[in-house]
Amino acid sequence: MSTGIRTIGVAGCGTMGAGIAIVAARAGFDTVMYDLATENLERASTQIGGFFEQSVRRGKLTEEAADSAQKAMVPTSDLADLAACDIVIEAVFEDLSVKQELFHALDLVCPSRTIFATNTSTLSVTEIASGCERPDRVVGLHFCLPAQLMKLIEVTPGVLTAEDVLVAAWDLCLELGQDPVRTSDTPGFVLNYIVVPLNNDAIRLVEAGVAEPAEIDTALKQGMGYSMGPCELLDLIGLDTQIRLCEAFHAVTNDPRHAAPPLLRRMVAAGHLGRKTGRGFYTYERDAMFGG
Amino acid sequence: MNYSIVVHGQSRSFPEGDPFRAAAVPDAAVQVHLGTARDEVPDSEGVDCSLIELDLECLGVRTGEAAGAEGDRRIGFARWQVGEREPSGLVELVVQPASNPAALEAARTVFTEAGFSVAVCRDFSGRILDRLLRPYFNDALRGLDEGLASAADLDKTVRLGLGYPEGPIALLQRLGLVRHHEVCRSLFEAYGAPAYAPARRAVVAAERRQ
Repeated sequence: MSTGIRTIGVAGCGTMGAGIAIVAARAGFDTVMYDLATENLERASTQIGGFFEQSVRRGKLTEEAADSAQKAMVPTSDLADLAACDIVIEAVFEDLSVKQELFHALDLVCPSRTIFATNTSTLSVTEIASGCERPDRVVGLHFCLPAQLMKLIEVTPGVLTAEDVLVAAWDLCLELGQDPVRTSDTPGFVLNYIVVPLNNDAIRLVEAGVAEPAEIDTALKQGMGYSMGPCELLDLIGLDTQIRLCEAFHAVTNDPRHAAPPLLRRMVAAGHLGRKTGRGFYTYERDAMFGG
Repeated sequence: MNYSIVVHGQSRSFPEGDPFRAAAVPDAAVQVHLGTARDEVPDSEGVDCSLIELDLECLGVRTGEAAGAEGDRRIGFARWQVGEREPSGLVELVVQPASNPAALEAARTVFTEAGFSVAVCRDFSGRILDRLLRPYFNDALRGLDEGLASAADLDKTVRLGLGYPEGPIALLQRLGLVRHHEVCRSLFEAYGAPAYAPARRAVVAAERRQ
């Protein structure tokens, strides 16, 4: 199992991109981190430094391994610096035209052998691939948040993805120390296909007055052994993020369960976005959780 | 807190031999009505709380309703289980708009002292867990049929991506597609929503059982 991949590009250095870059560098790959906005690169570098520091402190990584991983990461805001990459994984805004434009621009920069991977969680890999000149070398690699901690990667071929590209992407996941699963190019792949409507259903139970958020979370944790209930999970991922997921998902499926519930929209309008604003289905003070 | 048991038929929540039954005493102020026979249970004088075991029916079926003013010392309950085996440690308590708060507190105490976790919900078909989990199971079964991923990859995605202890396909295979079908039919009848319509694999399992 050798993919021949030595240099990985990560395009888009938000939370997800930074996490993917950590995974790549930690596994010993030269990692080029691209973002148009230098402030994003600076923020990502700070977060990455903090992550590695903590990993060393907790004994998860040696100091040498952390140093070596950080030295393998090259931040840049010049797209041309991705030219040497064997694969570029995009983690830019979840918008079809944004992703298509990026791959179109990368076509002009990268050699024909370079694989383009999309970290989309809701859009079609085939549609994203249709925006570039190498649709056969485009594949879906959906990392889960937080990418630096979660092992799962959904590996999704588009209609035109070449078999050798799919195999290389799969093997790369293994080389990265990740756990790949193969899914078909359908909306939400597996994870969001399952979790977006499940979370919406939980919101609708609250909205209909069936039960309080804490009761719903208790039921799922105690009844099914889940580590977190849906209301806690929604507060963690952000209620605004759930709306964005719903909008991307519902636009493709037209399934009413994928539409953002009115309560979700009201909470976001009120600034109750979850943990990040200190209030969502629960109230948070100094990281302590209180009943909603 | 002491409780007595009144048996109305076979109990799904606490079948014969369950330690919860063994711990009951005669003539306690809390009465636990076990069994899925749909008898009406009266709000008896001298009883602080009547706990009524529910299967798929609403509590109102066992108590009667009064245009939104229903509720007294009768509280519904059901011990959650996915299928036909392995009841969980979670008891859903069902209240009506005017349920007596002291009766609800007594219900909580009885079950928590017996080692169960409790979640309270209003009197809707499917309560909390069937309302949330049956559509999720159906999604997984439909995803499998439609080639979204293999059964193993569906389950692995859910375990690794969401941290669930077991994937939906393995769970249903192990604990009961037939019961899933039965619950879904009841929910579909109650709500008419496609998410509750039993998935094809559940229909097949139910037909084979017949």
